[in-house]
Amino acid sequence: MYSETRADDLLVRVVRELLERNPKLPPSRIDDIAIAATTQTGDQGMTLGRTIGILAGLPHSVPGYAIDRMCAGAMTAVTTTASGIAVGAYDVAIAAGVEHMGRHPMGETFDPNPRFLAEKIVNPDALVMGQTAENLHDRFPHITKERADAYAAASQDKTAKAYANGRIQPDLVPVAVRTAAEGVALATADEPPRPGTTVEGLAGLRTPFRSHGRVTAGNAAGLNDGATGAILAAEEIADELGLNKKLRLVSFAFAGVEPEIMGYGPVPSTEKALAKAGLSIEDMGYIEINEAFAVQVLSFLDYYKIDDDDPRVNPMGGAIAVGHPLASSGIRLMQYLAREFADAPNVRYGLTTMCIGLGMGGSVIWENPNYQGAQSKAA
Amino acid sequence: MTETATKAPSELVTNSLVRYTELPFDAGLAAVITLDNGRDHTKPTTLGQGGLEALAQALDEVAAKPGVAATIVTGKPYFFLVGADLKNIGMVRDKAMAHEIASYGHEVFSKLADLRMPTFAAINGAAMGGGLELALYADYRSISTAAAAIALPEVFLGIIPGWGGTYLLPHLIGAPNAIKVIVDNPLSNNKMLKPQEAFDLGIADVIYPAPDFLEKTFVWAAKIVLGQTKVERKPVDTGAQWADAVADARKRVAARVRGAARSAYVAIDLIEGNAKRTRAEGFAAEDDALADLVMSDYFRAGLYSFDLVQRRAKKPAGAPDTSLARPVTKVGVIGAGLMASQLALLFLRRLEVPVVITDIDQARIDKGLAYIRGELAKALERGRMSQTAHDRALQNISGSLDYQAFKDADFIIEAVFEELSLKIEIFKKLEGYISDTAVLATNTSSLSVTKMAAPLTHPERVLGFHFFNPVAVMPLLEIAKGELTDDATVATAFEVAKKLKKTSILVKDAPAFVVNRLLMRFMGEIFRAVDEGADVDVADRSVDDFGLPMRVFQLLELVGPGVGYHVSKTMQDAFPDRFYASANMKALIDANVSPITVYEGDKAVLTPAALAVMKFGDKKPTGEEIRARVLAALADETNRMLEEGVVSEVQDIDLGMITGAGWPFWLGGLSPYLDREGVSEKVNGKRFLPKGVASVT
Repeated sequence: MYSETRADDLLVRVVRELLERNPKLPPSRIDDIAIAATTQTGDQGMTLGRTIGILAGLPHSVPGYAIDRMCAGAMTAVTTTASGIAVGAYDVAIAAGVEHMGRHPMGETFDPNPRFLAEKIVNPDALVMGQTAENLHDRFPHITKERADAYAAASQDKTAKAYANGRIQPDLVPVAVRTAAEGVALATADEPPRPGTTVEGLAGLRTPFRSHGRVTAGNAAGLNDGATGAILAAEEIADELGLNKKLRLVSFAFAGVEPEIMGYGPVPSTEKALAKAGLSIEDMGYIEINEAFAVQVLSFLDYYKIDDDDPRVNPMGGAIAVGHPLASSGIRLMQYLAREFADAPNVRYGLTTMCIGLGMGGSVIWENPNYQGAQSKAA
Repeated sequence: MTETATKAPSELVTNSLVRYTELPFDAGLAAVITLDNGRDHTKPTTLGQGGLEALAQALDEVAAKPGVAATIVTGKPYFFLVGADLKNIGMVRDKAMAHEIASYGHEVFSKLADLRMPTFAAINGAAMGGGLELALYADYRSISTAAAAIALPEVFLGIIPGWGGTYLLPHLIGAPNAIKVIVDNPLSNNKMLKPQEAFDLGIADVIYPAPDFLEKTFVWAAKIVLGQTKVERKPVDTGAQWADAVADARKRVAARVRGAARSAYVAIDLIEGNAKRTRAEGFAAEDDALADLVMSDYFRAGLYSFDLVQRRAKKPAGAPDTSLARPVTKVGVIGAGLMASQLALLFLRRLEVPVVITDIDQARIDKGLAYIRGELAKALERGRMSQTAHDRALQNISGSLDYQAFKDADFIIEAVFEELSLKIEIFKKLEGYISDTAVLATNTSSLSVTKMAAPLTHPERVLGFHFFNPVAVMPLLEIAKGELTDDATVATAFEVAKKLKKTSILVKDAPAFVVNRLLMRFMGEIFRAVDEGADVDVADRSVDDFGLPMRVFQLLELVGPGVGYHVSKTMQDAFPDRFYASANMKALIDANVSPITVYEGDKAVLTPAALAVMKFGDKKPTGEEIRARVLAALADETNRMLEEGVVSEVQDIDLGMITGAGWPFWLGGLSPYLDREGVSEKVNGKRFLPKGVASVT
């Protein structure tokens, strides 16, 4: 539906909607705008944080910048602006992310240094995400295709239920779209979900990354287009302005892994974030983990000995159903967590985590500002 | 549909793309009709026969589809719809065909109004003429802050809004404001509404910022469908307020055009009747009126003028290839009087290059600079200039007594006293400082460019560059090529004129070029009649039906009798058999009489001071006689100018008179009018334009 929509126009909608939903925030109070995109060229180039600020009608006094950590672009925009707030440089900031994978396929501007391969610094698989997913299946043979397909079908089902219960819609920004051939329409829901997906249906899909492999289009996130945005503020400023606090940052961490098993990244980054927070995985009332590939989610769950169908994990579904527009997904995870926090004031902490291309993981631990009492571990 | 109307072979059909989309809040399915001709912004969307048929088909499809909760009509980027395809209308050859176009438009647009579900027009961009009319058929209208031009300009062209505008608009926003849009704005040089103005008048129910316009329209539509939002409109007074507005309009229009703009009167008549008519009756009245006007010479003349000003103005005839133009990075202005200062200001603001002015002493230079800086400050204050542009202009303007300051100027224009030897002296002196190829332009209105150039070392870079007063307002620029002027100079001049946003015409170096020559011939007849003994008021009103922006003696007071006489004398010297320089005028100037005429109410009278020095004959030419002389004189002079090759085609004369002398659109410039009156044939034995170019037959 976004085939003829510019990526920067998606961001303008997000930023304007953010401001409209937070009328108590005078735009002039925004100290910086950090916007992430993986392929920073064309409508995703030109220092997005600045161009979007101007196009969205913010005062010229509000500066902005662009940032990139591939899949974790939006997450990094959040952690970077949060750091600015923590050090006292900012009171309020906007973090956002976009990826229009239709206009900018992954790797569009890549020019890998020959040394990667010539000096065998990385395994050639590292540049093909699907290959890294197959590698994870090899590394952890007890993560079978059947498990991956079951997880994928469940993600589709959870997404369908979340839509049916109206849990996703409130945080979506309607976007008018136009194609030259068909004219104008309104996008009000994610396009990729396939409700009614079954394990049987997934079983027969081809495995494009390896013959008789395990990774299919059905147990991985699709390539699509999307944009997300969030307002961050120092808590006392949020209180001063009367803003609606949805998530309170506790800790964050990024960590690297062997690039050829990039999907494993969330494990070391989560270990690091938990350690910094002085918390354990059991303290996490909800876990929002990006579903680039089912195998990568399962490798994380296995490490932490969490069941595949644990209700704490992606209760509203995930990227396998709604897609993973690279640099925007980080904030989508946070937005889902915020919705979960809002409906469960007895839950105190939550985790947002994702794997990142070229072998990294990113994790952010959040506290529920609505937390009212003893935490229960099962949601 | 009928067999008489056919698709013009060259119609760029505007398609009606139909797409179904879910409204927010589960309000249901919306049918979205997007009007798009598949081209970019250089080709605005218009409706010809094909476009109307496509729209009819789309509306029929939506009407037949079950489960549609709302219908929204919108346009492609920057345009909602800009009206009827004028080429289509220009091809109409009989009244029945014209009637059919009008009634088919009503029929198709009515399908939108007749849809059973709430309908919306999302005015995302320019909506003019039939485009705005289509929006009026929807139940609701939203408008974007980026919707640049909202108007019903039909009266300007010589017709009326014949697809429902004269009925629907007053019944929506009341007769007073509807008349403003339908009649007054078109007569004010086709003034158009900005989106906020359209919203304030009530043409749109809501206005949304451009980045969210469509999204917000969908949300609003959903809320209306769900009954959560209701739109309240002010009730329209179809009684005394309507009648008064009509009566006032008639007076206003009469004062303005004195009977000349037929379409304005017809529009007012229609609006008057529509107070009590049903919609069907109103539409039928529009059908008849449109058919009548489309088949009028007066409309064809309006189309002809429109085409001149839109197309010919953008590509001036005879301009050499732009590749020959030299860059202009610095401008010099000789003279610091009011005219020269206005020129300097124009060059400053439009070219954004350094401008140096000079005059005979420092005091005059300082005065000129003070004026220019003052005007810049005013523009900044009124928000017509940004701080950055203002600061740049201030940095760019300077004055110098020493001609050294002009040595790197690429284009120098002189606007000094109208005296040949003075101008030659200045040019000769300048040549000692400037490059061989710097353009020397003269703003002379009546002296010979060739004579000014001849004594110079490089005469080929001299040309006439004649502006009209007031410089900031009158679009015309006469570019006069002297006998020795080279193409590079002419090309450079045309490029500069384009950057100055002027409408330029290429003229031969002949006395008074085009506009002033014709005006002098015209005024000459008037003054001759007055000198013979005609009543001043009779002479003043004799050409009222031209619809000129002002009366003859008003024009004289504006131009200044001194200048007027000077030019007339020059013309008389050049063409003693035809041009009249009034001895009375000389006497008035010598005695410093000012003003010469005043208006007592609407009547022109000579002042006592004037009467004291003037001598009159004992003849009493009537208004009719005077008018006939003026027309004959104009026909004669135009013909001679064409024979002399002053311009290459009569179209340039018409364009000049429209943009330099305020000749109204509805006369089609000068030649169509003369043809229509039969004067061309009477005086010259032939028409200026072939039949059908600016006339029906």
